[in-house]
Amino acid sequence: MLKVVASGFFSTVQDIGRFNFRNKGVPVSGAMDSYSAAIANSLLENESSDAVLEITMTGPTLEFNEPTYIAITGAELSAELNGNGIKAYEVHQIRQGDILSFGKLINGFRCYLAIKNGFKTEEVLGSRSFYKPITKLNCIRDYMELNYDAVPAFTPKIAEVKAAPFHKVSGLEVQYGPEYGILSDKQLEILFSKEFSVAKENNRMAYQLNETIDGHSINMLTSATLPGTVQLTPAGKLIILMRDGQTTGGYPRILQLSKKAISILSQKKYGDQVAFEMS
Amino acid sequence: MKSYNINIKPFGKQAILIEWPNKVDEQILEDILQFQFHLKQDHLNEIEWEMVAAYNSLTLIHRDGEINFSKFRRELKDWYSSEAAPVVLDRYQWNLPVCYDSEFGIDLSVVAQALKTSPEEIIGLHTRHVYTVYGIGFLPGFMYLGGLPKSLETERRAEPRLNVKKGAVGLAGKQTGIYPQDSPGGWNIIGNCPVPIFNINNDDPCFVNVGDRIAFYQINKGQYELHKIEAEVGIYNIEKIKINA
Repeated sequence: MLKVVASGFFSTVQDIGRFNFRNKGVPVSGAMDSYSAAIANSLLENESSDAVLEITMTGPTLEFNEPTYIAITGAELSAELNGNGIKAYEVHQIRQGDILSFGKLINGFRCYLAIKNGFKTEEVLGSRSFYKPITKLNCIRDYMELNYDAVPAFTPKIAEVKAAPFHKVSGLEVQYGPEYGILSDKQLEILFSKEFSVAKENNRMAYQLNETIDGHSINMLTSATLPGTVQLTPAGKLIILMRDGQTTGGYPRILQLSKKAISILSQKKYGDQVAFEMS
Repeated sequence: MKSYNINIKPFGKQAILIEWPNKVDEQILEDILQFQFHLKQDHLNEIEWEMVAAYNSLTLIHRDGEINFSKFRRELKDWYSSEAAPVVLDRYQWNLPVCYDSEFGIDLSVVAQALKTSPEEIIGLHTRHVYTVYGIGFLPGFMYLGGLPKSLETERRAEPRLNVKKGAVGLAGKQTGIYPQDSPGGWNIIGNCPVPIFNINNDDPCFVNVGDRIAFYQINKGQYELHKIEAEVGIYNIEKIKINA
């Protein structure tokens, strides 16, 4: 078991997501940057569905009570083991009583901590991903405990991999959303030639963008939305739904981000630039 | 059953949207549910595909793989036009208890004033009508209900509340509905339903399906407390009537 000594800003347990309940209004959830989370799991030779800790902006301090192995990927967050800096994208052995802490955010926004065999926290509706009130908590709290298997010995096949350079990429690969057809030439021109910046309103549910395009007066019936759906409000604001995004909405869905683009956007914070690229 | 002119649109690489005419219409909803039933039964594996029906659309979402849009579009058109005779789908009317006492119906008197009627008349109208579930979304277990009488249409509150209580029954515009969890919200609250619509402890966390119907009946405070406890310990049986029997 692992003890949360200090919880940091906002960390959640996430796996690949909660499927098959979208028709009941349950968001998919799961790791925002699913690529980085998958790399961390693969370093430890975990199942792709094993749960990791998603750490946003400021890291927690964690004390391990059993031996295991960990890997850290995603945002560069100055990880330290017992006060000594450790490298991301490689496997580290953990001994009983070790303390993992994080420092300055160097780049990106979300860091992933994977543990051998995954975190064994409560599974609700087929997933361990935090999403309140499906799960009791929305993020980890001070002094709470997270279960994992004790693994005294493990010899990784791959010791180290290259980092996914998502923080350096601003292009978001998109495809047609169902209401792409409503866009005027002028709206299209701006959408695909300008850069947009991430607004203060950005979280696991949705990312809003600061710059607007021309609005619309289309009144549509509520219909399904997906993680990565770009909605256009009547006032011309762009709202990109993310992993905890609602499963239905009433705004035109003009574009749809690819899975990789969702991961790239997940590493952006307030003020960062992005650009849409039709694939 | 009449066949509609359906429109099939791309929705990223992993999803596709099938659209019926842009209307809130019971027959369109029935046609969507029939097609969904046939897709599940004859064509698409339920583990790989999630289906979200709402009002005039059906969205098919593939779990991992990418869709070949033009090929899949052709297949869907073929499947739709060659659909076998309609089947009798299991659809239910759920009768839900609501306590309209002022403790819960905190906007009931304001709404009554705005609609130039009495709280009793509003309760009467609200419980006399039966509502169709056109979609579930926004929050886990939140039902989009159609069929509100014109005489109950009201403006949303000018100032949304930061915390509307779980079970709150609201009115706003052409809609009525139940908040399935504590949530911010701008609807006028006229009562509270003690029975949770969404419960993670059940295999199917939400007993209602799109296409079902909802009716409300009035209960007093004592019955409210009793049903709440019964629901918490899992011994409350919600009244249901088979619609298509």
